[in-house]
Amino acid sequence: MTLVKNNLVIEDKWTFVGDEEDLPKTNAIVTLKRWQEDREALLARFDNLGIVLRSDENPQVIAEDVSFFQVIALDFPVYTDGRAYSYARLLRERFGYKGELRAIGNVLRDQIFLMHRCGFDAFEINQGGNKALKIWLDAQKEVTTFYQPTGDGRNTVLSLRERRRLAKSAS
Amino acid sequence: MYKYDDYDQQLVDERVEQFREQVNRRLSGELSEEEFRPLRLMNGVYLQLHAYMLRVAIPYGTISTAQMRQFAYIARTYDKGYGHFTTRQNIQFNWPKLVDIPDILKDLSKVQMHAIQTSGNCIRNTTADQYAGASFDELEDPRPWCEIIRQWSTMHPEFTYLPRKFKMAVTGSPSDRAAVAIHDIGLRIRRDDQGDLGFEVMVGGGLGRTPMIGKTICEFLPKEDLLSYLEAILRVYNQFGRRDNKYKARIKILVHEIGAETFADLVEKEWVHIRDSALQLPQSEIDAIQAHFTPPPFEVLPSLSSVFADKVATDQAFAYWVKNNVREHKQQGYAIANISLKPVGGIPGDISHTQMDALADLADQYSFGEIRSTHEQNLVLAHVKRDDLYALWQKLDAYDLATPNSGLITDLIACPGLDYCALANSRSIPLAQRISNRFGELDRQHDIGKIQIKISGCINACTHHHVGHIGILGVDKKGQEFYQITLGGRADEHAKIGKIVGAGFSTDEVVDAVETLIDTYLNLRENKEETFLDAFNRVGEQPFKEALYDAR
Amino acid sequence: MTKQVVTANRLDDGLAVFYKADDSWHNSIDQASQVDAGPEAEALLAQASDERNQLCVVGPYLIDIDKEGAHATPVRYREMIRTLGPSVRPDLGYQAK
Ligand code: SF4
Repeated sequence: MTLVKNNLVIEDKWTFVGDEEDLPKTNAIVTLKRWQEDREALLARFDNLGIVLRSDENPQVIAEDVSFFQVIALDFPVYTDGRAYSYARLLRERFGYKGELRAIGNVLRDQIFLMHRCGFDAFEINQGGNKALKIWLDAQKEVTTFYQPTGDGRNTVLSLRERRRLAKSAS
Repeated sequence: MYKYDDYDQQLVDERVEQFREQVNRRLSGELSEEEFRPLRLMNGVYLQLHAYMLRVAIPYGTISTAQMRQFAYIARTYDKGYGHFTTRQNIQFNWPKLVDIPDILKDLSKVQMHAIQTSGNCIRNTTADQYAGASFDELEDPRPWCEIIRQWSTMHPEFTYLPRKFKMAVTGSPSDRAAVAIHDIGLRIRRDDQGDLGFEVMVGGGLGRTPMIGKTICEFLPKEDLLSYLEAILRVYNQFGRRDNKYKARIKILVHEIGAETFADLVEKEWVHIRDSALQLPQSEIDAIQAHFTPPPFEVLPSLSSVFADKVATDQAFAYWVKNNVREHKQQGYAIANISLKPVGGIPGDISHTQMDALADLADQYSFGEIRSTHEQNLVLAHVKRDDLYALWQKLDAYDLATPNSGLITDLIACPGLDYCALANSRSIPLAQRISNRFGELDRQHDIGKIQIKISGCINACTHHHVGHIGILGVDKKGQEFYQITLGGRADEHAKIGKIVGAGFSTDEVVDAVETLIDTYLNLRENKEETFLDAFNRVGEQPFKEALYDAR
Repeated sequence: MTKQVVTANRLDDGLAVFYKADDSWHNSIDQASQVDAGPEAEALLAQASDERNQLCVVGPYLIDIDKEGAHATPVRYREMIRTLGPSVRPDLGYQAK
């Protein structure tokens, strides 16, 4: 398993903690259940906290809490379960989440780019380091034209057309 | 019609190369079939009984002659010389090799076509009224809106892995030829009290195992808000649509389970957040897209054409074709010509490469270089001068494209069924052929009048049999083909799901059963003007039921 | 005992193909290895579905056949159509010789 972020393979400092498992000293990624049950204790104990949401756990329930987390991991149990694409956009574009948004689970080359457009910036890829990085870099190059505005800041076709129209009317 | 700008072209070109890579990765073993399958589906590539099948999108059913010639070329070069028009205005090729498909897609991209999202759990090609821009009762041409939707929905990063496929249709006329009420989203252009144009939005229509008519969740949506509203609907669906059961995953089930009002509330709540976002359509963009659909340079013509009237009076065969296949046009002196792909006893929707080339030539000559495909699996030349109709008809006839049966009983709609389709339970085409042959005689067809028979080879209901006046569903009963009949459905502005009339019929019985239904109708109709559907609505199913089953 | 054969579609051109125990795929069902339903059939299917075959074909599965001499006819009509071609186009598919 390789974690790719910002065009780099990075070391994963975080630990996913099951509901019954002991907490690490720092950098814990907890489940929604644990967060809801132990919220105060977790906040008292950790400076660095992350949360993982299953695909049937809507981030609406943590909409007010996002500033507490440095990492939010969204799970793709199978790549055909596309709920987390919407969750990612809500977290970024509506709830104002600025930390790491990590895609975990069935994260494959041909979906990574869509994930990135929806606001994911870290990807757990089930491949060795170099291969994982290549997957990310290749997926990035394939498409350079976008119709839909998302929070990723890429220029859309519509904005480019508008720009052209303005330039034309100005000249 | 719409012409790609360099952005549109670039996206399609990139997509072709992306798919070429994906095919290579599959062939080299880097991708398993399980991983590759959704990728090929997203590019219109199915695996059917005999071979791969490639479904090419025809956005809102408008085809240029260059595109039609390219279809002919592809049919000749990579396939077996023919194509098949579907009930969603698309075209399918039945025999392409996987290794050739990237090249086919490349050839398509040269004429601004693609196969993107013609399958898979994503937003599919948006369909429209086949008479768009020609019909006299139209409020506004729906196609610019379909194009706007096409662009927004193409490779939408958020909505590529929906719970299930997602289909939309748009009509600009009060009379609905696009069957909007049986789509996941149906849009009907209408006027509000101030006289402004906008959309009535219906959601949750669909057929299959649980047929449902769409519910209106927004009476009037201002045009500039179209995309934000659609995005709100899709976002609600993507989060809350069921993913535990494929048969309950369409949006119609969600709308049904939580209720249309609750669904509308959820959409409304989502929409307030994004209404004023970058999704709002600037007038400049609407104008730019609409500019692609300005009416062709019609000539000013007299309302009466003596050439035309003469020919109608003197040539009976032509007169029949005009009566059945030609429709009124909004522009004086012009007409809409329906090209039937239902020769008596033929395969509904199939067309040979020579016919495609011939039609392209005729469209160039007589209809401003544009052809339409219809959800009834026919084609249309939308803008023909009345004076030219006779010449057009003669040339169509030379290519076996002048069957005068538009809207009549032999204009049946049938899916590929078990002759091609991997999902089928039974064959559809041979049944269509037998019914067509049984009723083939033109006088008899005229006597029977307007009627729509739709045949699906399985409950996926690709031909919309639930909303056929007579719907026929093929089922598998202990390894035998069996056919279940529904009556009284309709897909127009009064859309209604037909009712199953009773036990199914064997292959041997089913054509007789259809004839019994027709004879029953002929006996009980009040006059020749009362259509099958009108009569059915007046007397109900009982007389038909009795005729079918009491004698047994 | 019901006889079975393994069928699939070839990866590169998609055509219906039938499996022979020497690890080869054929256009004609008559070339296919006929085995008894049950463990023997399952073993053949496993062999036809191994990693190498995943690079040649898509979705191998077993079908029931009726046997007359060397000639095999699928029991299900669907499979019959696959061995021949579309019933409405006798000029196409394997039947088109
Ligand atoms: S209705 Fe069924 S058999 Fe017919 S084309 Fe659709 S999926 Fe295939």
